[in-house]
Amino acid sequence: MLAQFLQFLFSGITVGATYALAALGFTLIYNASNVINFAQGEFIMLGGMLGVFFTMAGLPLPAALVLAILVPAIVGVLVEKLAIEPVKGAETVTLIIITIGASLVIRGLVQVWLGKETHSLPAFSGDTPIEVLGATLLPQSLWVLGVTALVVVALWYFFNRTLQGKAMLATSYNRLAAELVGINTGWVLFMSFAMSAALGALGGILITPITLTSYDVGIMLGLKGFVAAVVGGLGNGLGAVVGGLLVGILEAMGAGYISSAYKDAIPFVLILLILFFMPRGLFGGKSTERV
Amino acid sequence: MGKNAYFSLLFVAAILAVLPFVVPNSFYLDLAVRMAINAIIVLGLNLLIGFAGQISLGHAGFLGIGAYASAVLPTHFGWHPLLAMGAGAAATGLLAALVARPIFKLKGHYLAMATLGLGIIINIALRNEAQWTGGPDGMPVPAMGLLGFELSNDKQWYWVVAGLLVVSVWASLNLIDSPFGRALRALHGSEVASQVVGVDVVRYKVAIFVMSAVFASLMGSVTAHYVGFVSPNFSDFFHSIELVTMVVIGGMASVFGSLVGAVLLTALPQALATFEGWETVAFGAILMASMIFMPKGLVPTLAAKFGKGN
Repeated sequence: MLAQFLQFLFSGITVGATYALAALGFTLIYNASNVINFAQGEFIMLGGMLGVFFTMAGLPLPAALVLAILVPAIVGVLVEKLAIEPVKGAETVTLIIITIGASLVIRGLVQVWLGKETHSLPAFSGDTPIEVLGATLLPQSLWVLGVTALVVVALWYFFNRTLQGKAMLATSYNRLAAELVGINTGWVLFMSFAMSAALGALGGILITPITLTSYDVGIMLGLKGFVAAVVGGLGNGLGAVVGGLLVGILEAMGAGYISSAYKDAIPFVLILLILFFMPRGLFGGKSTERV
Repeated sequence: MGKNAYFSLLFVAAILAVLPFVVPNSFYLDLAVRMAINAIIVLGLNLLIGFAGQISLGHAGFLGIGAYASAVLPTHFGWHPLLAMGAGAAATGLLAALVARPIFKLKGHYLAMATLGLGIIINIALRNEAQWTGGPDGMPVPAMGLLGFELSNDKQWYWVVAGLLVVSVWASLNLIDSPFGRALRALHGSEVASQVVGVDVVRYKVAIFVMSAVFASLMGSVTAHYVGFVSPNFSDFFHSIELVTMVVIGGMASVFGSLVGAVLLTALPQALATFEGWETVAFGAILMASMIFMPKGLVPTLAAKFGKGN
């Protein structure tokens, strides 16, 4: 009973950590530009696929992983420079279509370049499961959780203790006011795309030894990351992390106890219920409309 | 409806009347039927997105309900196709009305999330209920007929769909000029201002959402009978995006934009088929480029350029 529950919980928080990283990516870009980046899922896919590609090309694992984070970050910056900056202030649906176009280009290129096969990475420190109260925990899950926790702490430090982080935060509150006090908001936009692509890629790399990867895994992962970001209230960093874990855990519990066929539907049922009763997510404040 | 609108309607009808006599072969006739079906869906969706300023990233879900009603009810329960089509539309309308009130309290990205979620849930349900829907493989759809007459070849389908399209264009042009249409445009401009002058904002949003969902469901049924087969891909997220893209690329809040968008994006995959393997890249690049260079869509951009409004 307990063992089974723990088992579902472990797999839930492991996947949930990936959703949390994706949701943080959505949050960063949303705060800097008010854009929902539907290409976020493709960065998760890129991380995993490039990790596979660079290790197969013979690079040692650490070097391969660093490259697999760096390249998506560059892709993220390219997306921002080429596709988002030229259409500042466009309507929401226009921006949605542009980022979806970007996701198709990225996915299509990877499909042409690396093929349609499913790939995996070796687990970072072996496959011997750890027994916890009758349930088993993969060492890779500890990597996922540990690195995610580190990233969250580092982001907290960055946004609360460094000048650059505070500049990004200020821009998200009020772009014009930030510009007036001398913050380079163009740089903020640039950084937010680089960082959120890197975060997505990192999540993709960490989870690949457990869930495998292929050119088309980005769609669902990205949409669930979006759900996680909305669960917590768009633009709220803590909300994104809590939202990610919540979505992951509920999905695993639902798959285990209710129906594994409907596993993918659970995050969307959850978000509809939350939005019905709390139109701005769990941690989103009340909004007033300026007329 | 002004004189210009009547002229435009006549123009569309004339093109549709001549088209089957000039297309070189049945491949193009088939393409024309698909274009016309998409155009009708997009007309409805444009009322919601372009005129009322709302968003739906889940409309393919409604299409799916209509299509599967037309597949499942006649096959498993022996219903007449027309009855099944009506039942599908009624169910879609009911579902849309039920969720619309809570959903349309939401704005912007929250609204996008909610409609996206709804569409995905419908898609997953259709994919999973294999004993009824054939699961991921889909299922065949019986032919559509009435009083012993059966719609069987592309030419018959063409005339039916072309007729429906002309009626839809006429209805859309009328609607946007009616008090209802003015209310929609008002709430797009400013919700608070329209509330102040007495527009029941939520009621209008719900009404237009339900209307466009029922449009989609009916056209889902038509597509199902025309193709003779349904699969869950018909109701997936990507198809919802394609429909929204047709609205935006053609031109938001433009009836003729809807037609242009539907024609272009229905033809595009056919045109890209020659790229072998690069279709996805090309499709994505075209979406991005057209939105970056013409964020307002083709018809409004051209209209502005040549100084002609419509």
